[in-house]
Amino acid sequence: MTFVSTRRKAHVPSALRFIVALAALVATAAFAQEAPDALVKRVSQEALSIIKSDPRVQAGDQTHIRDLIEAKIAPHFDMDRMTALAAGRAYRQATPEQKKRLSDEFKSLLIRTYSNALNQYRDQTISYEPLRADANATEVTVRTQVNRPGQTPVAIDYSMEKTPDGWKAYDVIVAGVSLVTNYRDEFTEQVRQGGIDGLIKALAAKNSAPPPPSK
Amino acid sequence: MSGDRSIRKHAIARLVAALVASALVAGCAMGPTREDPFEPMNRVSYKVHQVIDGNVVKPIAEAYVTYTPEIVRTAVHNFFGNIDDMFSFVNDMLQGKGEKAGNDLGRVITNTGFGVLGLIDIAGSGNIPKGDEDFGQTFGFWGIPQGPYLFIPVFGPTTVRDGSGTVLRAFTTPVNLINDVAARNIIWGVGLVDLRASALQTENVLNQAALDPYTFIRRSYLQRREYLVHDGKPPPRKEEEE
Repeated sequence: MTFVSTRRKAHVPSALRFIVALAALVATAAFAQEAPDALVKRVSQEALSIIKSDPRVQAGDQTHIRDLIEAKIAPHFDMDRMTALAAGRAYRQATPEQKKRLSDEFKSLLIRTYSNALNQYRDQTISYEPLRADANATEVTVRTQVNRPGQTPVAIDYSMEKTPDGWKAYDVIVAGVSLVTNYRDEFTEQVRQGGIDGLIKALAAKNSAPPPPSK
Repeated sequence: MSGDRSIRKHAIARLVAALVASALVAGCAMGPTREDPFEPMNRVSYKVHQVIDGNVVKPIAEAYVTYTPEIVRTAVHNFFGNIDDMFSFVNDMLQGKGEKAGNDLGRVITNTGFGVLGLIDIAGSGNIPKGDEDFGQTFGFWGIPQGPYLFIPVFGPTTVRDGSGTVLRAFTTPVNLINDVAARNIIWGVGLVDLRASALQTENVLNQAALDPYTFIRRSYLQRREYLVHDGKPPPRKEEEE
């Protein structure tokens, strides 16, 4: 089969072949998306190296840490889908403006939580499991394992979806605990007490409160 | 995975479930739809817990972390981890998990024999994974449902099923073989402090993340246990989405 096609190609003028090859190359570069597991690996390695090298991160400069997370990590999350999953029915019934405020507050809360927890990740290494998914899958789970010296490794899985601007995570599952599922209970409770505006208010209040003292 | 095996498993599960249910939750309503039927009582327990924990247990755990050299804390943690491994081995066997049983038995023999009664985790350095099985998971494996969620002051979140496992373990732990009452109580106490100390960092994240720590702990606990019962592969949950 290969032999036949090579022979056939030999009849095509070499200049044309060159142009076709070039076009194919450009097209691949433009449309190829970074594979989800490669993306997770690149972003987490980048984050780890920042934690280890940035003096302002090590000094615990929360504003700086939050800016870094906002710039480097947040763009790889689909906040709208995370919010929709966590708020469920209340989200579907919300106005576009409420949806946006809810998603923004939820994002701030996640960034604050992550930045607060970041100093615990200093001595860790991450191992990545090979991705087991179909080549044209649009939803995958990327499995990683965080190893800390002297402690049991922790599995961290990312539920990811394919979007026009690359793969994005919509849930993080730490040692079997899904972030979105945890927040679904929290959000349901707040919505029951004060509707969607009550939930937004509760999140905003949490975000403007000083972070708990870190030890 | 054959039908015969699953029928047998089902029958045994029902028998064990009936026994445990009648013995331990006589009088308690087991509602499969409501995970936390005693929520009002549990919330009171949670408040009591916070007072006791914040004023007594947590300061002790913090002092322990501050004033004890890390090498000592690691040895203490390994010692109790070795007991965990013994129970994990028993529960591997009860669930017919051969590979895990081999690993856990190997860990216990290596660490007890060459790691000074478990103070050094030699097996861990040799990369023998911990099975992390317990009685609660064995009950779950045989089809016993979680039963009502419970929050017990000082001990924290549990369920009727997992709590029964903890009680069973407390009565069968090798620590009870120590005849000297004072020494036995000290070991029990140190074990609890070690457990509490390992939760200090998580708690910090929890307080930042949760709108209502009670709900957050409950959902985390139930998710975690479900994950452990299914050895890291819980059945997919139906997602509610737009």
